[in-house]
Amino acid sequence: MTAVLFQQVSRHFGAVRAVDSVDLAIAEGEFFAMLGPSGSGKTTCLRLMAGFEQPTAGHIEIFGETAEGVPPYRRNVNTVFQDYALFPHLSILENVAYGLMVKGVAKAERLKAAEEALAMVKLPGYGTRRPGQLSGGQRQRVALARALVNRPRVLLLDEPLGALDLKLREQMQEELKALQKSLGITFVFVTHDQGEALSMADRIAVFNDGRIQQLGTPEEVYKRPATRFVADFVGSSNVLPPEFVETLGFGRHHASLRPEAIALGGGDGRTQFTGRVTAANFLGAANRLTVDANGARVAAMLPASIAVPAQGETVTLSFQPEDLHTMDGA
Amino acid sequence: MRSDRNTAAPLGLKIAAGAGLAFLHLPILLIFLYAFTTEEKSYQFPPPGLTLKWFAVTWNRPDVWEALGLSVRVATISTAIALVLGTLCAAAVSRTKFFGRETISLLVILPIALPGIITGIALRSAFSFAEIPFSFWTIVLGHATFCVVVIYNNAVARFRRVSGSLIEASMDLGADSFQTFRYIILPNIGTALLAGGMLAFALSFDEVIVTTFTAGQQSTLPIWMLEELVRPRQRPVTNVVAMVVVIVTFLPILGAYYLTRDGDQVAGGGK
Repeated sequence: MTAVLFQQVSRHFGAVRAVDSVDLAIAEGEFFAMLGPSGSGKTTCLRLMAGFEQPTAGHIEIFGETAEGVPPYRRNVNTVFQDYALFPHLSILENVAYGLMVKGVAKAERLKAAEEALAMVKLPGYGTRRPGQLSGGQRQRVALARALVNRPRVLLLDEPLGALDLKLREQMQEELKALQKSLGITFVFVTHDQGEALSMADRIAVFNDGRIQQLGTPEEVYKRPATRFVADFVGSSNVLPPEFVETLGFGRHHASLRPEAIALGGGDGRTQFTGRVTAANFLGAANRLTVDANGARVAAMLPASIAVPAQGETVTLSFQPEDLHTMDGA
Repeated sequence: MRSDRNTAAPLGLKIAAGAGLAFLHLPILLIFLYAFTTEEKSYQFPPPGLTLKWFAVTWNRPDVWEALGLSVRVATISTAIALVLGTLCAAAVSRTKFFGRETISLLVILPIALPGIITGIALRSAFSFAEIPFSFWTIVLGHATFCVVVIYNNAVARFRRVSGSLIEASMDLGADSFQTFRYIILPNIGTALLAGGMLAFALSFDEVIVTTFTAGQQSTLPIWMLEELVRPRQRPVTNVVAMVVVIVTFLPILGAYYLTRDGDQVAGGGK
């Protein structure tokens, strides 16, 4: 079943087209990421789903029901806010039980449910504290528990890991993914971090300028970017100019080529080209080689075990023809 | 903000500061002193004798009770009106963006910037133009004009601290507008409203100028005191009442100060 459906949805703020004719269908139980730079429309799409914004044009359905005009408090959708938005005057337990309290669930019952939700996010026994007494990571878990205790059919997450440090972020990524699997709830996740989207999502919608540039699985988006923007934004792909692609024998198109698809030296059936080394960086697990090939700047990711050519040296590089992905238009 | 602990103020400055404070507060002590004097016609110093009998006299004067009752009722109702209007206005100005927002903000604050006598004359001519007879309610309306400002200033400062996402979070979790106001907004702005309400009450309680123009035959406590000063007999009764007024207005202001001192200042406290 389709959890969230957008048909030609637009949201304009005056002359600004924050969301412009977006079509998307999110399946039930899916972990769906909306990826894009700030101002690309991804957060506005999330707010349209939550009900904080109304579309200027188009149609939204949540589980088959029309969502336009339905206020946030009548939607079976909950949000984890970017700044967590915990209520500072309430204890952690009261925060988590808030959704049940306003729905009129009896006190004993809602506090028990809140305790269970806190245990689920690994914060048992934190109920009596105040939001101000918790760390950022803990507040994030409380925000998650507060949303999940209402058993929403769709959970919206607005850059939930943005404020956490790297180590904590990686840990929370795994936990969120595991939580989503065990609960079976549809997660819609907004992020500007392509690594986060690639590692967690079942499908990714890449946003730019209020439009979806590409919608597909992480592998599709990563390996076969539909536009130069996607190639540029998702990972660090080489976007090759048409003149250079033509010399390689692929026609006069822009093309994307992943740095890790390029190897030093030639080989059977591989497409070769030569370039002058402009930089070589040691990255730990790999070396990153940047070459100037007929004016095109190409980066290659080489295993650390291979000796790195010196700067200024001319080297031969090659790749499997199917790794080069030509793109039309912008 | 904080001065260096090691540099003591020079003696001359200390004396000047002390003299300034004495100039401000000694007259108030004199008022207290004359509440106990045995001389009833004039304020001679030193008082010829001390007595507590004026407290009993005051207690038995029906006109004092009438004026006090009127003042308390006016202050209570003006404050109540101001609490509703001031909070709504603060919510509109701080929560939403609309055409003329800054203008409204200015217009609301204007009554406190205008001299009371202007407000008074304006209200008086407006009332007579609309042929509204002077009554209890005209006094209340007059007082509400400046009480709204105090509430508004306090509420607007606090509203700015309540992040918009808290309200969205509450709605997201299933609370409608009334539940959100009751469970999220009110607890967060409650102390600001209480402080503003106390200040508004105190302002209304000792207001003379606007009251002079909007009252009919009735006398609020300050008006009664003004009239009483020109009468020759039982003068210390006025002093006893003055003591009561000082206490009744000082306690709420002190309370308001303690309620809001961590965070925002009590804005618009000095009319």
